[in-house]
Amino acid sequence: MTPRRKRLMLVVGILLGVSLATLFATRALRENLSYFYDPTQVAQGEAPRGRSIRVGGMVTKGSVKRESGSLEVKFDVTDFRHTVTVSYRGVLPDLFREGQGIIAHGQLASDRVFVADEVLAKHDEKYMPPEVKQSLKKPMNEGATP
Amino acid sequence: MTDWTWFHRLASPPYVYRTAARLQTWFTALAGLLVGYGLFAGLFVAPPDYQQGDAFRIIYIHAPSAWLSMMCYSTMAIAAGVGLIWRMKIAHAVAAASAPIGASFTFLALLTGSLWGRPMWGTWWVWDARLTSELILLFLYLGYMALRTSFDDRTRADRASAVLAIVGVINLPIIHFSVYWWNSLHQGSTVMKFDKPSMPASMLWPLLACLLGFSFLYAALLCVRLRAEILLRERNASWLAGVVELR
Repeated sequence: MTPRRKRLMLVVGILLGVSLATLFATRALRENLSYFYDPTQVAQGEAPRGRSIRVGGMVTKGSVKRESGSLEVKFDVTDFRHTVTVSYRGVLPDLFREGQGIIAHGQLASDRVFVADEVLAKHDEKYMPPEVKQSLKKPMNEGATP
Repeated sequence: MTDWTWFHRLASPPYVYRTAARLQTWFTALAGLLVGYGLFAGLFVAPPDYQQGDAFRIIYIHAPSAWLSMMCYSTMAIAAGVGLIWRMKIAHAVAAASAPIGASFTFLALLTGSLWGRPMWGTWWVWDARLTSELILLFLYLGYMALRTSFDDRTRADRASAVLAIVGVINLPIIHFSVYWWNSLHQGSTVMKFDKPSMPASMLWPLLACLLGFSFLYAALLCVRLRAEILLRERNASWLAGVVELR
């Protein structure tokens, strides 16, 4: 083996070793590396009770209910398999709306109810001009109102 | 047999010095044109986003910076690897010249992301997989630069820092795929994926121009820094006398 080939093997070895170590580390830390739990994990009891966690998902259309005269708001968060009801008191971020992704920080009160002390909006990777959004909406609205 | 003369020529400091000087002009011109068009079209011509309004325009700085932060690191690590395996001094010079540029782009990506995150997400910073791995990238760059300065002997600095650069490569796929592997606050890729970009052409073209333009900007900056690095390393070489007198 030439010295150059030996050095090549050394570099390949370092890369392989570090990749393997990282693979094992990330597998072991799988839970902690995720910023939030999704509603399915909550429904399956994977999310811990009595400890501050984050729950994230889509805000179900038509589920946002505001208490009149207070900042109290309740809405459903879904991953299209399971749903968690979030109860929150405070100001919601600009991007918060039905059909948008959000992440709530707080504690699980029961299997289905999550009491949040902070709500962050999660943006998706889609960008479009307002006119396009309008024209996308139209057929749906026309279908809904005869 | 493959002709390897081009590769061997790359190991010659006078050849690389002169080529870099020539390429620098072209790269600067291309970067100016593309970034000029991209920023103008992105900031003034492209329509606002249906949800974020005008705030989405930060993507024209943020996405190219983030892309460059990773491309600089790949260049740096590949150059360091070539330098380590083939004992090529110019390759080490390329790696050393790349680091501060990459660190600047990483910082810019973190800064613009934070400015956007405050109004959109509702927070300046979260310890989420994407954001944290990008911050680790900044520390890798800074660590690489610090490690280089801690050696008096340049050859030893080259080899030790090259190992660090190569080990750090593992962070690149983590940064890119973090938004898919783990639940993250950061959105997925809009352009850098095997799918159709999730963006209309009026927004996409300026973004692509910025991505390419920033890449040329990096190439131009690399030429400048590489020539400075060569001057420093070859300051006692006889070929330099001719070059410096010409200027």
